[in-house]
Amino acid sequence: MTNEIIKQRLTDKFGEQLTEWAEPYGLLTFSAPAEMNLKVMQFLFDNEELRFRFLTDLTAVHYPNRKGEELCVVYHLHNMIDSIRLRFKVYVPIEKPDVFTATQLYSCANWMEREAYDFFGVNFVGHPNLIRIMNVEEMDYFPMRKEYELEDPTRRDKDDEMFGR
Amino acid sequence: MEIQPHTQHHIKLSEESLQKQTTTLNLGPTHPATHGVFQNIMEIDGERVLETVPTVGYIHRAFEKIAERRPYYQITPLTDRLNYCSSPINNMGWHMTIEKLLGLKLPKRVEYLRVIIMELSRIADHLVCNSVIAVDTGALTPFTYVFQFREKIYEIFEEICGSRLTTNIGRVGGFERNFTPASFTKLHSLLETFPKMLKEFEALLNRNRVFMDRCIGAGPISAERALNYGFTGPNLRAAGVDYDVRVSQPYSSYEDFDFKIPIGTVGDVYDRFMVRNGEMWESYSIINQALEKIDKIEREFPDQKEVFYAPEADHYHIPPKVDVYTKMEALIYHFKIIMGEIDAVPGEVYHSVEGGNGELGFYLISDGGRTPYRLHFRRPCFIYYQAFPEMVRNGLLSDAIITLSSLNVIAGELDA
Repeated sequence: MTNEIIKQRLTDKFGEQLTEWAEPYGLLTFSAPAEMNLKVMQFLFDNEELRFRFLTDLTAVHYPNRKGEELCVVYHLHNMIDSIRLRFKVYVPIEKPDVFTATQLYSCANWMEREAYDFFGVNFVGHPNLIRIMNVEEMDYFPMRKEYELEDPTRRDKDDEMFGR
Repeated sequence: MEIQPHTQHHIKLSEESLQKQTTTLNLGPTHPATHGVFQNIMEIDGERVLETVPTVGYIHRAFEKIAERRPYYQITPLTDRLNYCSSPINNMGWHMTIEKLLGLKLPKRVEYLRVIIMELSRIADHLVCNSVIAVDTGALTPFTYVFQFREKIYEIFEEICGSRLTTNIGRVGGFERNFTPASFTKLHSLLETFPKMLKEFEALLNRNRVFMDRCIGAGPISAERALNYGFTGPNLRAAGVDYDVRVSQPYSSYEDFDFKIPIGTVGDVYDRFMVRNGEMWESYSIINQALEKIDKIEREFPDQKEVFYAPEADHYHIPPKVDVYTKMEALIYHFKIIMGEIDAVPGEVYHSVEGGNGELGFYLISDGGRTPYRLHFRRPCFIYYQAFPEMVRNGLLSDAIITLSSLNVIAGELDA
């Protein structure tokens, strides 16, 4: 099992819909349209050759500069039999961050999706219990988004050049 | 008289809760039997657990957000506080993530030293977890006994990095200083006494009728459900899946070592206990092998004795203080690293290590600055703690307690 075979099987099935193919540090990475995330995962799960049946990690990233696709949900899947991983991403607009939930396929997605919702506000459609997990329920913003600075924004003595981002 | 349920209370009881036949029990968040900040709101019928709702986030400290404004070397202390029973593994995992990002290759001696540190902390982690299972089944003696050995391990850490629990051990590219002769002496004295202690520990518990009756069949999980719930580490292996990051994706030269992966069959508390005991023997053997390999390297290349970091990591490895005060280059590098004038390369990297309780992953996105653009910790116990309600459903309340301690859920890692 190599990255080329996985890529071949996926392009055979989904054609041009999967984009941004890359292999940073040997890990096959690609993007799928947001509404296809479950189809891709189900295919990777069911296919007797690919057998990606372990959801290692699910998280979100905020890219404020990517207009129309500010939020990115990242899945790390693992084929334990052949010991190979892959990463795939879906991008959604921040005004309507709807992504289908993976809880039907993976029970472990439940809390990871709640975490992504809690910190980034990704709306996982069909999630059984999409409430905040780490922060208090009364919180009315999504703290990991880039507009919330860690440092007090009124301070002038700490600039980014000397004190990091 | 009609009793009104409290409406402003934080624990929201349902309207019918006053008429129901079952009891709502609030276990935690600071219950002495939960060993950490865990709250479970349980619905119990007599002693049987019908449903439990875990609450997480009591000690959430926003590490992922903080990390976005910290230079790489300042994130290491944050990783200490994830699984604080085995913080050196977290530290090493983080260093290896940056080394992978930068493409650094470490000398063999440094990698073996890292293996020693990681296996020592695995032993410390498993000693705590297994002896706490014994405490929760009513046997306090093994706990007080094996803690002496955790103490010895912490003394070794102290000798190497100066601190015990939250170690901040090592640097990008190697270690902050070479291992002192005293640390090797302490390591050898630990290795001499360790097998006797572990044998005694096993003799006390493994075939103890009371212990077996309490543990066998408590909180089981099938291999299929465990995989679906994202289990990793000893808990997954207890369910019968031989997945170990050290073997499937070796890092830090683990491929040079010869060791077994102990596995269980039904994934109950007893299996988890036995798997951890087995792993401690394997860790012991790995440490011995690593010492032999280091000896061999030092015999063949005597100049390797002083190698404790990769020379090509100059730009990222904070130099030893003695060099900073006496050598020009070291002073320059020290200044540049501390003042954040050294940028990492842009890239996206996922690296995982076999932590004390499972696959600890670091998903790092760097956009080329001095700090990560995004850093996500794959915390094993955050992921597998979700299975707790399913594992204890229809079991006894006392089984739920030992299931929680046998899962080795660490509050710091759960809440990050």
